[in-house]
Amino acid sequence: MKFTLHIWRQENARAKGHFETYEIDNISADCSFLEMLDQLNEKLINDHIAHPVCFDNDCREGICGMCGLYINGRPHGNDDGVTTCQLHMRHFHDGDEIWVEPWRAKAFPVIKDLVVDRTAFDKIIQAGGYISATTGGVPDANNILVPKHKADQAMDAAACIGCGACVAACKNASAMLFVGAKVSHLALLPQGQPEAMDRVRKMVCKMDELGFGSCTNTYACEAECPKQIKRQNIARLNRQWIGQLFGRDRRE
Amino acid sequence: MNLDSKIPEGPLSEKWTRYKASQKLVNPANKRKLDIIVVGTGLAGASAAASLGALGFHVDIFCIQDSPRRAHSIAAQGGINAAKNYQNDGDSVERLFKDTIKGGDYRAREANVYRLAEVSGSIIDQCVAQGVPFARDYSGLLDNRSFGGAQVSRTFYARGQTGQQLLLGAYGALSREIARGTVVLHERHEMMDLVVVPDKEGKPRARGIIARNLVTGELERYAAHAVVLATGGYGNIYYLSTNAMNSNGSAAWVCHRRGAAFANPCYVQIHPTCIPVHGDYQSKLTLMSESLRNDGRIWVPKKKEDAEAIRRGEKGPLDIAEEDRDYYLERRYPAFGNLVPRDVASRAAKERCDAGYGVGPTGLAVYLDFADAIKRLGRDVVEQKYGNLFQMYYKIVDADPYQVPMMIYPAIHYTMGGLWVDYELQTTIPGLFAAGEANFSDHGANRLGASALMQGLADGYFVLPYTLQNYLADQIYVGKIKAEGPEFDEAEANVRARLDGLMAIGKTSSRQDSETSRPQDGETTQGLEDFHSVDHYHKALGRVMWEYCGMARSKESLATAKEKIAELEAEFYQHVFIPGKAAEMNPELEKAYRLEDYFELARLIVDDATQREESCGGHFRVEHQTEDGETLRDDENFMFVAAWEYQGHDKPEVMYKEPLDYEYIQIVKRNYK
Repeated sequence: MKFTLHIWRQENARAKGHFETYEIDNISADCSFLEMLDQLNEKLINDHIAHPVCFDNDCREGICGMCGLYINGRPHGNDDGVTTCQLHMRHFHDGDEIWVEPWRAKAFPVIKDLVVDRTAFDKIIQAGGYISATTGGVPDANNILVPKHKADQAMDAAACIGCGACVAACKNASAMLFVGAKVSHLALLPQGQPEAMDRVRKMVCKMDELGFGSCTNTYACEAECPKQIKRQNIARLNRQWIGQLFGRDRRE
Repeated sequence: MNLDSKIPEGPLSEKWTRYKASQKLVNPANKRKLDIIVVGTGLAGASAAASLGALGFHVDIFCIQDSPRRAHSIAAQGGINAAKNYQNDGDSVERLFKDTIKGGDYRAREANVYRLAEVSGSIIDQCVAQGVPFARDYSGLLDNRSFGGAQVSRTFYARGQTGQQLLLGAYGALSREIARGTVVLHERHEMMDLVVVPDKEGKPRARGIIARNLVTGELERYAAHAVVLATGGYGNIYYLSTNAMNSNGSAAWVCHRRGAAFANPCYVQIHPTCIPVHGDYQSKLTLMSESLRNDGRIWVPKKKEDAEAIRRGEKGPLDIAEEDRDYYLERRYPAFGNLVPRDVASRAAKERCDAGYGVGPTGLAVYLDFADAIKRLGRDVVEQKYGNLFQMYYKIVDADPYQVPMMIYPAIHYTMGGLWVDYELQTTIPGLFAAGEANFSDHGANRLGASALMQGLADGYFVLPYTLQNYLADQIYVGKIKAEGPEFDEAEANVRARLDGLMAIGKTSSRQDSETSRPQDGETTQGLEDFHSVDHYHKALGRVMWEYCGMARSKESLATAKEKIAELEAEFYQHVFIPGKAAEMNPELEKAYRLEDYFELARLIVDDATQREESCGGHFRVEHQTEDGETLRDDENFMFVAAWEYQGHDKPEVMYKEPLDYEYIQIVKRNYK
């Protein structure tokens, strides 16, 4: 297959970026999007055309959350429920023009080319996205009973990989789905109750402080989430938030 | 070299208790004056840093990714073993201990493995308290499943994403300590060298690291009273593996260069169920969980002409009649069938493909068939159990495993070898500790499924917080360690020289004056076609290692490997082309730095495989096999850990032996028939 690629190039965080156009040929339909970029880079290096394109990636099996490209106007491209590394070229047509951009959000500044700084997500988690269980001194695992449907719902929310597609997809660059997923995961479990009110308050305040936008319930985040995290998590986040405003535990 | 394993006295089941009762402690006021560096944020690194931070030590933690949550522990699918005996099926610490030793083909240290089994239950308690959403049954109690090499159900799991959930638990604990200020996180930083400083008595001690900021390219110095290495394995040396793209062996290797012994490098695990290679552009191999072998049946055609027709695309698997299928694992191993350990299943697949019965366009694949399971259990049940794996297979291969059998082939997965450590997880350099896959200690010559997560968390949550404290108790007298002095200068200069050396490759002498003298963008210089990217050489090295030092090794193949590695290395130093500058984000330079170390490590793997004139676990020497193609150990001559000492770039390493004494285990032939 043959493609015309328009790729965002940006020297560093301070430089002005622009699109650069490259042609690439002989791409197998079974090759992944990142492997296609590998081949482009190989060509750029071997033919000394330009410096290779920088893009984040690591596990290449859809779980680490490191990769994330904005492809033809959609985070992680045009296949549903996959990350960029699991997107395959068979989802494109021979001769397609493909536009590749980094995540665009104030809270995710560009570092170089397609690489962005997502440390804001870590900071939100550090604000309270955990259960304080110091190593040792915890009860036997089976002393804490969790109803199966609660455990399953918690697992659904905990499947978030922190890639940032929800923020990139949102017109307001809101992080509500990311925060809602973590708040839900912990609020659904008995272990998460003691800190629940504090947790939601601290995480939401940190999210606002870091420059993420507000949620206007258009759910582009849910549509583009590679792990198909449900918007119900945003509703649960709101319920938890309102609960803590009135100083009341909100049991899920 | 002194290989004192420091195993405590006393009966096996009391060793750890006795150690903890007699170890030295650091009082709370002194803990905050002691600095620890932890490199790596996977299960071992994150859990160690979180636990040490919670105790009150000051910890600096480093990861190469943009966030600690991305470490490759996240990709583990199947589960984590623990001797909880919640199923009342006869499990116990002793049973888990024995299974692990046997699974490792009697090449692991008894005391370490026993301790691992002993603390396994506490790991599950800890993870549940952190909110890890393990699978549960309808009563709300924890659920278990079985894995290869065991006859009990002791594997705890969170769907097909157990590693992810455990890592997020440890990441949460780590994040809490970062918020409390006991741990400082350095993301997008790569450890480039270890700094070893002699103390007052002249004893060398690990005192810091040189790290490269991967965003700016600047070198930075960090000092501490102790360094913990939790940087994973070196499976990526084969280029195609189930490891992440950035997983690498360099941090461990620079420690080896500084004097830490490297143990059993030839023990590499090859996982039997991975999606086969489909093209030379391929960057990695994807694992299909071992749990699939609970219900899937592995087969190839009985007739060569059928296999050939399939390879030509004239026939499909559904065209092969039941009586023309060879379920070779069930045929060869009736007792364990499709659930034999990984090394056995991998070799059996290779044997069939080598004999000409392989399927798929390349002939390097076998079928994993769920038709029987679907018939027996119904599609719904199969979907509930394996839905996410089937979906993943479908997305990658574009074929529906509910309709046609999956195609699978073995791939490099895990490295049992690593830095030599004693009972305290301390390497041969005092003050340098190694945890998780980075050390060699618990899995012998083959790791059992669901044991990697157990070991990483055991080391980080329950071993290092004790043993590190024992080491640090003496260190309160030395005061704050500063990142200065001749040793820091030398280490930084060494890294700088290596980076500059790599960047300089390809410069002609007449064009050496400045950075811009390198072949420029769009410039056509004579001889440029000889230059290649780092990946070009990494792929070539991977092919050599896979071909000549992979699933089957012989004296001749290993000799060939050695020659080819040397040729490639020479070619690399002549013709690798690294664009850009050292002082900027430069992934090509990162890869080149890692590959440079891989060339040395590759030689050591081959040397280790050559000296080990026996077959055990993942190490299969074709000269040493039984008549029916099984591994043939030589306990008389090879029941030892091979620990290698670095002698310099061009010099062969020197091997030291740590004998393995089995006091409690009865050594038998591993038999899964």
